[in-house]
Order: sequence, then C-alpha cells, then structure tokens
Amino acid sequence: MSHAAVWRPPSPWPARWMGPALWLGLAAFVGWNLWNLEVDAARVARGLARAGTVFGRAFPPDFQRWELLLEGIVESLQMATLSTALGTVLGIPVAIMAARNVAPLPVYAVGRGIVSVGRTFHEIIVAIILVKAVGFGPLAGMLTLTVNSLGFFSKLLAEQIEQIDRGQVEAVRATGAGRGAVLLYGVLPQVLPRIVGLTVYQWDIHLRQSTIIGIVGAGGVGTTLYNSFSRYDFDFTLAILLVIVAIVGLGEWVSAWARRRIQ
Amino acid sequence: MLEVSALAKRYPTGDEALRGVSLTVADDEVVFVIGPSGAGKSTLIRCINRLVEPDAGSITLDGIELTTLPPAELRRARRQMGMIFQEFNLVERLTVMENVLSGRLGYVGLWKAWRRRFPPEDMAMAFATLRRVGLEGMENKRADALSGGQRQRVGIARALVQRPKILLVDEPTSSLDPKTSEAVMALITELAVEARIPALINIHDVPLARRFAQRIIGLGAGRVVFEGPPAALDRAALGVIYGGAGEELEGALA
Repeated sequence: MSHAAVWRPPSPWPARWMGPALWLGLAAFVGWNLWNLEVDAARVARGLARAGTVFGRAFPPDFQRWELLLEGIVESLQMATLSTALGTVLGIPVAIMAARNVAPLPVYAVGRGIVSVGRTFHEIIVAIILVKAVGFGPLAGMLTLTVNSLGFFSKLLAEQIEQIDRGQVEAVRATGAGRGAVLLYGVLPQVLPRIVGLTVYQWDIHLRQSTIIGIVGAGGVGTTLYNSFSRYDFDFTLAILLVIVAIVGLGEWVSAWARRRIQ
Repeated sequence: MLEVSALAKRYPTGDEALRGVSLTVADDEVVFVIGPSGAGKSTLIRCINRLVEPDAGSITLDGIELTTLPPAELRRARRQMGMIFQEFNLVERLTVMENVLSGRLGYVGLWKAWRRRFPPEDMAMAFATLRRVGLEGMENKRADALSGGQRQRVGIARALVQRPKILLVDEPTSSLDPKTSEAVMALITELAVEARIPALINIHDVPLARRFAQRIIGLGAGRVVFEGPPAALDRAALGVIYGGAGEELEGALA
C-alpha cells in the first residue's frame, strides 16, 4: 500500500478553524472601531489644514524669551539627574530583593511588588498624584521619575541578577562568607557593567520624560511648553520643541557613548 | 578528621545521587574519589559543605556534626573547608587579589570587605600564597584575563588562604589540558601535604588518581564500591567501579 505524500505544517491552534476565526474576529473589531470612533476623512482633512495654520504661525521660532526656556531646560536636567541618582540608590536594593536567585521568597514577593507598582502607572498618572501630594513644581516631577526608576531600573537589573553565573556566587558562599559579602563579591561584580549602563540609559529616558510631565504641573520644560501652548505663542512653542529635540538628542548621544565605553 | 556515614541524597528530579556513602579522611591524608559520571562524586563533596543539602546520614569535621548546623554556624563551619571547583568559579570581573582575598570573607566585616581593607596578616598570607602557587606579580590582573591553569591556581590560593581544616576538591583538572592538569594536581597534593591539610579530591582521570593518591575510593551509582591504596586499583577493581568497562580502561594501569 502506498501512502500519499501529503504533509501540512502542524497548526499552532488546538483546532484548525481557530486561526482563520481569529483573523476574522480581529478584522471585525477594527471595522467596528473605525465606525464607532467616527473616523472620517473630511474631519482629518480639516484638521490637517488647521495644523498648517499652527505651523505657519510657529515660524520663525522665537527665542526672545530664552531665559524662560533656559530655566525650564535646567530644571528638567536637574529633575532627570537627581531622580536618576535617587532611582539607582533605591533601585539596586529593590532589584536584589526582586531577583529570585538571591532573595528568599517573602523578600522576593515584596521586591516584585515594588517593581510592579513602579511599572503599573504611566509617569503622567504618577505625576498627577504626586502634584496633588507635594504641590506644583519640580519636586513632584523628580519624585515621579524616581518612582518610574523603581519600576524600570529595578526590573531590568533584577532580570540581569537572575542570569548571573551561579558558580561564582557559590564559590564565594563556600568560603563561609555572609549574605552581604556574597552579594558584594559574588553578585555585584557580575552586574556592575549593567548597573552603569542602566543608570546612563535611565538618565536619558528621564530627560525625555521630564519634558512631558511638566504639562500636569510637575516642573521642568514641560511646564514652559504647556504655558506657551495655552497662550497660543506657537513661535515660542517651536523654539522650546527645537531645544527639547537638541537636548534629548544630546542625552541619547551621551548615553550611547557611555554604554559603549563600559561594554 | 572528616567522617561521613550513611550519607544519602535524592534530587527532586528523582535521581538518587548517594545511597548510603560512608568514608573517613584522616588528618594529613589525601584521598581521591573516582567513578563514572553520575556516580555521585560531586554531590558527595557538595553535601559536605552543604552547597547541596543531604537527605540522610551524618558528616562530622573534627567531631562537629555539619548536617544539622543552623545558618550562622554553617557559615562558620564553611570557613574551615576550602573548596576547589571544576570550572574554577573565580569571580571573573574581580582581580586575582580580590579573588584570593574572598577566601577571608568569613573573617572580615562587610564595610571592610566593601572597601577592600583586609587585615595586614591576611594580605601577607595572600601574597605568600600567590607566590607559592606561582602567580607572583599577577595580583592586579583580572581573573578573566588568565589562562585555565592560572585560574585554577587562583582557585587553589583562594581555598588555601581560608586556612581550612580540609580541602574539598571537585574535578579540579577536567577543564584543563593534560600537561596543565598534571601540574595543577601536583600542586594541590603538594600543598595539602605541606600545609598538613587533609584533602578529598574528586577526579575523572584514573592515572592522575593513581599517581597522586594515598588512598582511593571508588564510587558507583551512589555507593562506595572500592576502597584501597593506588596499588590495589587493578583491572578487576576498575571493572567494578566503571561497570565492566575495565578492559577499555586498561591503559590507565600503564
């Protein structure tokens, strides 16, 4: 008896009809959204025209009030730097707590909890809450970015700690070293390059974020930006945006350079 | 004096690594443990300093029962046991000196350890030990910049500066070439005799065991199946230890 050589790739789905059904469902959902959100070509066209007017009024950019702009930028830089320092100092212990291979289970649970809270809310939401708590200004912004650090920095560092070479840690433990000494000699050297890299990267991210959280009153150049918008000073707005582009670009460049150096 | 009796260990995977192993290592004695892969050699050594927790049996070092020690006392007991590893297990990004000094971590406070401020006598011992293992002047090199043989010498120095009551040595030469293996094994046994530290050494390489051992223990499937001086390790004995593969191992008797 001869077998017909028919072969079909195994389906990732429990039943074959599920794949097409999923695509069909997705298409229906997108269609419903388009209808529901009243996506309408005419409205988009009108919006584009209006955007053109705004851009027209934005040229040429107005650097007359450069002192105000400088003040905002410096404030943003301060917020980013301070929150990075604070985030690193607080983030390292949290990362150790949140690494399953070095923390006992109850500590691990607390560590993961802190990381989750730090990651759950977008920085704008955190900023709104902190502005309510400590009032308008850069303090709220700095704290916002620190909370963000605890989520971002601690999570990535904890993942790195979970991947370290066990043998090196074991060798230090076998000498009779205590918990702290094992962390200092067995764990820390293995993740140090990552800590430096993440710190610089974090600063770069904070610099970017510090330009936006000012919109909800948490200080920095975002506040300046928001004020210029609400006064329809679009030429000043453009000046601010250009400076933000420059400063974020600079931050990215510094961050890339520093991370390349410590590879 | 190390005394192990009726030691048993079963891993959560179901592997029965040790099924009642008993042995002693007297002061000044260098004992080699041979046996095929999976015979339980590594588990045996790792149970002694409790990097692996044994299920049953007893282990005493100079009369102190190790299997029931609470954490703080276990750390104190570990200071007395110098371990040398198959993959060297040096902290790669630390210097040679930092790796050697980590053998003293059980004796210095955390703050001093952080600032690398070890007592002068520890420093003196570290320098002397580095000289003894042939790494004089290498103290500031990073561990990952060394060759395999040099790394294992650092591993040996780290174990020695503990001033241990016993050396636990787990396949110290399996990551090394034959010539380096011999030099490293000679160094370990010399130093053990010289410093009067008893040693329990796991090894794959039967000829090396025959050359350097005072006594050989053969482990097979988690049990002691041979025990005697190197001269007693004949073809029949190898057959017992390696499960009938004695003929293939004949070369080892040359």
